[in-house]
Amino acid sequence: MPFGDRNNTAQSFLSSSVEERIKVRSRVTNPATSLRKIALSLVSLVTEAAHKKTSLYDEHMRLGAKMVPFAGWLMPVQYTSIVEEHQAVRNNVGVFDISHMGQFVAATPPSQRVGGEGAAATWLNSMLTNNVDKLDVGMGQYTFLLNDRGGIIDDLIVYRIDEQKYLLVVNAARADEGFAWLQNHLNERRSLDRVPCNLTSRSTNFGAVAIQGPRSMALFHALFGKDIELPARNHIVDVPFGTTDVSVARTGYTGEDGIEVFFPANDAVKFWSAALERGKPLGIKPCGLGARDTLRLEMCYPLNGSDLSPERNPIEAGLGFFVDLAKPDFVGRDALVKTKEFGPREKLVPFRMKEKGPPPRPHYAVFRNGACIGEVTSGTLSPSLNWGIGMAYVSSAHAKIGAEIDIEIRGQKFAATVEKKPLYRKPAS
Amino acid sequence: MIIPDDLLYTESHEWIKREGENVRVGITDHAQSELTDVVYVELPKLERQVNPKEPIAVVESVKAASDIYAPVKGTVVEANKALESDAGLINREPYGQGWIFVLKIENPDDLKNLKDASAYKKQIG
Repeated sequence: MPFGDRNNTAQSFLSSSVEERIKVRSRVTNPATSLRKIALSLVSLVTEAAHKKTSLYDEHMRLGAKMVPFAGWLMPVQYTSIVEEHQAVRNNVGVFDISHMGQFVAATPPSQRVGGEGAAATWLNSMLTNNVDKLDVGMGQYTFLLNDRGGIIDDLIVYRIDEQKYLLVVNAARADEGFAWLQNHLNERRSLDRVPCNLTSRSTNFGAVAIQGPRSMALFHALFGKDIELPARNHIVDVPFGTTDVSVARTGYTGEDGIEVFFPANDAVKFWSAALERGKPLGIKPCGLGARDTLRLEMCYPLNGSDLSPERNPIEAGLGFFVDLAKPDFVGRDALVKTKEFGPREKLVPFRMKEKGPPPRPHYAVFRNGACIGEVTSGTLSPSLNWGIGMAYVSSAHAKIGAEIDIEIRGQKFAATVEKKPLYRKPAS
Repeated sequence: MIIPDDLLYTESHEWIKREGENVRVGITDHAQSELTDVVYVELPKLERQVNPKEPIAVVESVKAASDIYAPVKGTVVEANKALESDAGLINREPYGQGWIFVLKIENPDDLKNLKDASAYKKQIG
């Protein structure tokens, strides 16, 4: 599954309690923010020094990017235009700085590496929903880190980068929390005198860039050489770049073919510049978080903090495929078994507006025959379809494909239809 | 950023052009560039009576929805229907075809409360 990296653009406001609903609805009556507020916040936040900068910060400034605070980082939201950057990825190729994402390494200590299942695999299988035993060396899988109630702390990709070594690529917004959660469980395990696993974060020493779009494979060869073999989908390989090796994964968050490249932070500028330079004949554009969000939403890839939260579990989110309930135990399993048995009360569904009109936005209320049945978690005007699209949690009775729903926008209801994933399909070429 | 000298401005980034008893209102070049890619505009209803700083229109970009405020007390006499089919006019011609509405003003003295080009320029730095 092509879920590579995820970027949070909106804070979570998911709750199903009546009180919270009322709050949501009163916010929805007038959700527009003033231009002044937007402009002020941009100015004050850019000058704020508290935010972390990736190794590519100076490159973004040189390219004239609009920088915004995001998950504790200052990140480019766009360089020229969200729509143009979006189209560059759909039609040619785009490059994204994803250095803000967390990178953890879990490994079996050398002394323990004697045949059979390693400590790292055993431990990861007790912490993550998917089954790492399915991974050969060089393969990656989409998976979840849950709390004890089955709620989602983070969605991530775990790559098996060596026999006894795994790379976890996590969301920037949840990197600290996720690492602490993993670390606490590891310590508990140690105190129980069970075989330990080593867990380290290499987030500050490593950077990453995503190259996405139909021409990204041509750029791969332009960067690494004609004879270098591409990793297969969801696989990761080490490839020489100049004097160092970089890791190239065939993953992404856009629905296009593409790669995500991980490298020591020192090499970030060199790699970024090379990608832009050699991508020039291919029509490359540097792309920001804005385009990343519209691209992923067209594909119905969830965004942690908007579509996923500690109050939602993977089954409600329609992502049970990445949960292996056949595993005897993992954190959150009991809650998921229950949800599966009784069926989720609410489900995350993609929807499309019926008429041209105002685009749906997060936190707008969803109605059916006058009754509030849910809440939008992601919404935008799809640049590919030039049409309003989104995702919402709605009560399961109304979650069927084709169900008619209404989205309340500034006090007025607009008709929409529950759709199948993805909301955008590439025209056959 | 273009800030025409012959217009008046609000702190909330609307521009105001005096046309006899009326004022024409839109959003500034700076505002459209901050908003980026305008995709939808909700226009005010004709004949609506408005007060200064009352939100009466909404400009939506790919990213967000933003309120547009009435700069002075008055009555809506025109709304730019062209924006319904081509909201991008706001990006391409913020001071021209991208105007949003026209108000018949009640008291021309109210215009004294608005900023001139140099004050607005100072505001956005």
